[in-house]
Amino acid sequence: MSQKELMAIPNVTTPNQPVLFDPEICNGCNHCVEVCQIDVYIPNPEKGKPPIILHPDECWYCGCCVNDCPRPGAIKFNWPLQSRGYWKNKETGEIGQV
Amino acid sequence: MTTWHDYLKEEGQPPSWPYPVRYGEEQEIEVDILVVGGGIAGCWAAISAARHGLKVALVEKGDTIRSGAGGPGCDHWCCVPANPHSRVNPDDWALHMADRPYPNGIGIQIQCREDYDTLLEMERMGGKIRDTDDDYLGAEGRYDDTKLMISPRYGTIHSYLPDPDMGKPGFNPPEERNNVVIRVWGSTFKPALKRECKRLGVQIFDRVMGTSLLTEKGVQGGRVIGATGLNNRTGEFMIFKSKATILSTAGGGSLWMMNSELCGMSSMMSRTSSGDGHIMAWKAGAELVNMEATGIIGIATGMKHKWYSGGGDASYENVPLVDANGKRLPLPIQGWEDAGAMVPTPETQAKIREGILKGEYELPFYGNFPAMSDVERRATWNLMLGEESTTKIIIDTFNQAGYDGSRDLLQSYKFLEGESMPQWRQPGMGGLLVDWNLKSSLDGLYVAGMTMFSSEDHSYCAATGRYAGRKAAAYAGEINHGKVSRDQIEKEKARIYAPVKRNHGIEWKELHAGIARAMQYYASEFRTERLFKMGLGALEKIEKESVPMLYALDPHKLMRTLEDIHMLEHAKIILQASLARKASSMPLGFQRIDYPEMDPPEWSKFSTIKLENNESKIGHKPQEFWGNMKEEYEKNNSDYEGVYKGE
Repeated sequence: MSQKELMAIPNVTTPNQPVLFDPEICNGCNHCVEVCQIDVYIPNPEKGKPPIILHPDECWYCGCCVNDCPRPGAIKFNWPLQSRGYWKNKETGEIGQV
Repeated sequence: MTTWHDYLKEEGQPPSWPYPVRYGEEQEIEVDILVVGGGIAGCWAAISAARHGLKVALVEKGDTIRSGAGGPGCDHWCCVPANPHSRVNPDDWALHMADRPYPNGIGIQIQCREDYDTLLEMERMGGKIRDTDDDYLGAEGRYDDTKLMISPRYGTIHSYLPDPDMGKPGFNPPEERNNVVIRVWGSTFKPALKRECKRLGVQIFDRVMGTSLLTEKGVQGGRVIGATGLNNRTGEFMIFKSKATILSTAGGGSLWMMNSELCGMSSMMSRTSSGDGHIMAWKAGAELVNMEATGIIGIATGMKHKWYSGGGDASYENVPLVDANGKRLPLPIQGWEDAGAMVPTPETQAKIREGILKGEYELPFYGNFPAMSDVERRATWNLMLGEESTTKIIIDTFNQAGYDGSRDLLQSYKFLEGESMPQWRQPGMGGLLVDWNLKSSLDGLYVAGMTMFSSEDHSYCAATGRYAGRKAAAYAGEINHGKVSRDQIEKEKARIYAPVKRNHGIEWKELHAGIARAMQYYASEFRTERLFKMGLGALEKIEKESVPMLYALDPHKLMRTLEDIHMLEHAKIILQASLARKASSMPLGFQRIDYPEMDPPEWSKFSTIKLENNESKIGHKPQEFWGNMKEEYEKNNSDYEGVYKGE
C-alpha cells in the first residue's frame, strides 16, 4: 500500500471487537442490534450484512446478542485478552484458557 | 467487515447515522400510568397497572426484551418465605431481613409477602421456575412433588456471613432448613415480561431516555403529572402526560469508575443504568434517603470472565475451593455445608491471607468441580452460574473452549488479583423515600425496584414493581390529568439539546472521567469535611466550566452526555449528604476521619435530602420509621387478592 493510501485514524477503542461475526451464517436480521441494551451495534447500510460494531467500548458483556441470535454461529463472543479465564486439568495439571 | 474501522477502511468514509434525526421534534403521549425504566421492576409495574384496565406507557432506554441488570437472567428468587417448602412465617422472616441498620422495611415486607405470588405469575407468563424437564433429579434442595429447587442461601440465618454454628455435627440438616430462596431459570424472564406487556396493551417506548419529570404548573415539589424523554436513536423529544408516574431506573453504578471503557465490565449494571430517575425526582423536589452511603465495588471489577471476586469467585455456588496443591480452603462456598454463606468473616479472610504468605496455601486457588457429584455440578454450572444475569455467555464460552467440570478445576481470582481498589466505589443504598403505597414524597410519583432507598435484588424489584403498579393504578383511577407547563417543557428542551448545538468542546467520556476522579479523591476511603467541600467545589467547577462546553455528535452520544450530567448531579447530592452526616457509620460504608466514632447512637437515623426552591434541605427519619411492618402492610393491603386471577 502506498503512503498516500494510508488514512490517518485515531487509536482503536479497546476492546475493539467484543464479538466476531461470521458473514457466511449471519443474514443481517439485526436481532442483535435490537437486543443490545446499550446500542453497541448499528445496522449495516448494506442489507443482509452483519451489523457494524459502533460502540464496543460500552459493551458490558451481557452476552444477549449471542444468546438470542436466531442463527447459531453467526456471532461468536470474543473476550478481550484481559478477561479470558483459566482452568487446570485436575489429573495432568495442564492449564487451559478461554 | 464488522467494526467501524473496517468499514471506514473499505468504504473510505464512515457509515451514515442509520436512524432519522429528529432533534427538537415533539411526540406527545397521554396515558393513565407512565413507567420510566423497563427493567425487571418497570415491566412488573407496567403489567400490574395494565391489569387494572388502565392505559400504560413504558419507557425504556434499551429494548425491553433484554434491558436492565436482570435482562440477561437471574438465578436466585430471594426471599420467598411464602413458598410451599418454606419453614418460616413470611412476616417473621421479613422482620429478620430488616433486622440490620438502614434497610427498607417497607420493600422487604412487600417482598416477603408477595414474592411467591409474583413468582407464580412469572411462571404463568412463560418464565421457567421449576425443573420440569427433570434435569436435576436427585439434586439437594429439589422437591420432587413441586419440582421447585430450593437454594442453600439463607439456610439457617439471613446473613451472607457464615452461621457461627457452621461445622458443628448435625449442622443445617435438610429437615430444618429455612427454604426461603428458590433457584430459577431467569434467562427466560425478561422476554416473557415484554410479551406480557404487549399482550396487555402497554405502549412500549424502547430507546427512550427519561430526562425530567413534569410537575403541576412546573413547580418544584408539586404533583408529578408526566415526564419528558429523548429518543436515543432519533433525538426526538417525548412528552408523556400521566395521572401517575412510576420510576424504576436503577442507580448510578459507574460514578467512581473513571475509565468509560471499563464501565460495563465493572459493575452489576451496564452503563445504561445511570440513575436518571434519582435526578429526575430530585429536581422535581422528591426526598432522597441514604445518599451518603457507598460501597466498594467488590463484584466482577474489570474482569467479567468470572462471577465474583467476593466469596468464592469462579467456583461460587456450592463448589469446594482448593489451593494450587488441592488443599481445601476455609472459604464459604454458598453451599449446603455452610447454609449458603457467601463471604468469609474478616478473621477467616485474614487467616487465609496469612496462610498464603507463609506458604500454607499456594496460589492460585481453584473451584474443585471434579470433586462434586454429577448432579450438583450440573445444577451449579448450568443452572446457578448459567442463569445468573450476564453469566450464560461465560458458561457457553468455557464449554466451547473445552472446559469440562468433571475433569477440570476452575481457576479462582480471589487474592490473586488483590482487593478492589478502595477508591472504586459505587452508590450504595441511596434512593427515593417511599411510603406504604411505594409513593415518593411527591403526589403522583411512585417508585419501584432499585430507585428506592435500600433496595434488594431481582425478586425485590419484581415484587415492588408489581406492588407500585397496583398502588399507582388505584391513585390514577381517582384523579384527572394535570396541566402541563409549556415553560417547563421549553426549558427542558433548551437544556437537553444544548450539546448538539456545538460540534467541539468536551465529550461525555472526559466529563465522566472528571466526575469519577473528583469522587475518587474526595468521597472515597478517606473522608473529612475539608475533602467533601473540596469535592463539591470540584464538581461545581465542572458544572460551571465544562458542562457548557459539552458536545454530542449524534443522539446516542447525546444520551450518554445527559446521563453524565445526571451523574454529576448525583455526585453533588452524595457530597451534600456526606457533609450532613457528622458521624462515621459502618453499615453506610461511611468512615470519617474527623468523626471517627463508629455509629454513635445519636446518629442512628436516616438522613434525607431534597430540593426546596432549588436549595438542598437535609432532614432525618428514625430507624424503622415505617412502623410495625406486618400491621402496616395489612392495613394498606386489605384488598390484596394474591395471584392474579384475570386473563
